[in-house]
Amino acid sequence: MIEIKNLSKTFAGRSDPNEDVEALKNVNLSIPDGSIYGIIGMSGAGKSTLVRCINMLERPTEGTVIIDGVDMAALSNKDLRAKRKEVTMIFQSFNLLMQRTCLKNICFPLELIGVKKADAERRAMELLEIVGLPDKANAYPAQLSGGQQQRIAIARALATNPKVLLCDEATSALDPKTTHQILELIKEINRNLGITCIVITHQMSVIEEICGRVAILEKGVVVEEGEVADVFAHPKSTAARHLVYPDGGNSEILALREGEQRIRVVFNGAVATERPLIAQLAKELGIEASILGANTKSIGERAYGNMILGIMGSRDDMLRAKEYLESVADVVVEEVTE
Amino acid sequence: MIEKAFTAQAWNEAIAIIQSEFALAVWETLYVTVLATLIAIVIGLPLGVLLVVGEKNGVLPLPKWLMAFLGAVINILRSVPFLILMILVIPLTRAIVGTSVGTVASIVPLVIAAFPFIARLVESSLREVNPNIIEMAQSTGATPFQIIVKVMIPESVPSLISNATIAITTILGYSAMSGIIGGGGLGKIAINYGYYRYKYLVMFIAVILLVLIVEIFQRIGTKLAVKSDKRLKH
Repeated sequence: MIEIKNLSKTFAGRSDPNEDVEALKNVNLSIPDGSIYGIIGMSGAGKSTLVRCINMLERPTEGTVIIDGVDMAALSNKDLRAKRKEVTMIFQSFNLLMQRTCLKNICFPLELIGVKKADAERRAMELLEIVGLPDKANAYPAQLSGGQQQRIAIARALATNPKVLLCDEATSALDPKTTHQILELIKEINRNLGITCIVITHQMSVIEEICGRVAILEKGVVVEEGEVADVFAHPKSTAARHLVYPDGGNSEILALREGEQRIRVVFNGAVATERPLIAQLAKELGIEASILGANTKSIGERAYGNMILGIMGSRDDMLRAKEYLESVADVVVEEVTE
Repeated sequence: MIEKAFTAQAWNEAIAIIQSEFALAVWETLYVTVLATLIAIVIGLPLGVLLVVGEKNGVLPLPKWLMAFLGAVINILRSVPFLILMILVIPLTRAIVGTSVGTVASIVPLVIAAFPFIARLVESSLREVNPNIIEMAQSTGATPFQIIVKVMIPESVPSLISNATIAITTILGYSAMSGIIGGGGLGKIAINYGYYRYKYLVMFIAVILLVLIVEIFQRIGTKLAVKSDKRLKH
C-alpha cells in the first residue's frame, strides 16, 4: 500500500517568493498493492514531480509518502538508498548507460549492492528472458530500437525484485505499436510478479489500456480519482473532459437540431469486431443514428474512446437505443444534455 | 640568413647533431611529456570531478567557500603564462627535485601548469553526461561515490580520451618551452642550436619532429576515443 498524504511541493523562486512554483498542492492518494495505478495530466500538471516525491528524488515541501508503513520522508539517506531497491523506476528516455552492454546495464543495480558478478549476470540473463531479449546480452543500447531499450530498462528495474515500479512517461517516446507491446509487458509483470505499477502519462490511451484506477492531476491538484471505467464514462472535471474528449467533446460539433436526441457512447475496451453496432441499431430497432463526432481507436481487438450519436426521434427512441448499445460488454452510454 | 641554413655545410653539421643528440632528445621529450601528463591527470581528474559533483545541484554538494576556493586556484594557475610560471615555481621545484635545472626538474612546472587545465577538461567532459542518467542512478540507490565511478566517469570515457589528447599535445608544447630552464628534449635543441647559435636547419628538424609527435599523439587519441564510444553503431 502506498499512501500519499497531504503532499505539497513548492519550488522556490530565484529570489522573489512571488516566483515560487507550487508544483503539487495537498495531494492525497492511496494506491493498493498489486494494482496498476495511472496518474494523468497535461504537461506541467506536476505528474513528474509527484512520481519523484514517491521515491524522494524530490523532497516534498509538506506531507509525506508512506510505502508499506514506512514513511519515506523520514528515512536517512542510507535507508532511503536501500528502500530504492524496492521502488524502482523506468523513464521516458530509457536512461540506459550507453557505454555498457545490455547485460551490464541490468547488472548495474546489483553491482551497487555488491552482488557477485557471476550471480548478477545469471540474474540478468533471467531478466533478459522475461523481457524477451535474450539475444541482446552483449549488444550496446545504441544498437537497439527504442522499444528494446525500454525492455532493457524494465529488466534493470526488476533486477532487485522491487515491490513498486514507477513508470514515468515510459511509452511517450515510442510509436503506438511499440507502446502497446511495452504496456503488455508491464501488465504481464504486474500479473506474474505482483509488482504495484504507478503509470505516469499524458496519454489517455495508456490509462485505458492498462490501469485499474486513475488520478487526474491539474495544476498540482488531484481533480478526479476513481476507477478508470467510471472516470471515462462520466468525467466530472474539466481536466478529465479534456483528456477523455481531446477534441473538445461535443462543444465543437453541430448545434442540436429540432427533435434530435444525443447520446455519448463510451467504449472501454469493447470487442470491436463482433457486430456493426450502428447498422444493427437501424436494422433491428429502426433507429437511425448519425455520428456527430467520434474519437475511438482500436488497441488489439478492442475499441477505446467515445462517439456522439444524434438520433432523430423521441426520448423513448433514445432510451431504446441506449439500452441496445449497453447490451454490448464494455460499452457505456450516457445522455448528452448540454 | 635563412638562405644559409640549407648549404651543404649546414646539412653536414645538422646530420652530425642529429646522429649524436636527437635520439636522446626525442626520448626526453616523450618521457617528460608523458610523465608530466600522467601526474597532472592524477591531480586534475579528482579536482575536475569535484568541480562538477560539488555544485549546489550536484550529486555531492560541497561547501560554497570550498568550491569558490577551488575555482579561484584553478583560474589563477591557468592565467599565469607558462614562461613566468616556470620561474615562479623554481623554489618548489628545488624543494621537490633538489635542483631547479634539468630534465627531471622541468616536470614540476609542467605538472603545475597542466593539472588546472586538465581539471577544466575533466569538468567539461563530465558535464556532458546526461543528467537523466544520473537521476536514474540516484533512483536505483547509488551513493555519490558510486555515481562518480560507475556512471559519470565511464559514461564520459570517449570525451575524456579526446580531452586527454588535447592535454598531452599542449603539455608537449610546454615541454619544448622548458628548454629555457635547462629541460631536455627537442625544445632544448631547437633553442640551443637554432636560437642561440643560428643553426636554423637543426631548429627546423627539431620542430618538424615535434609536429610529428603531436600528429602521432593526436591520431592515437582520436582512434582510441572513437573505439571506446559505444554510442556509435559499429
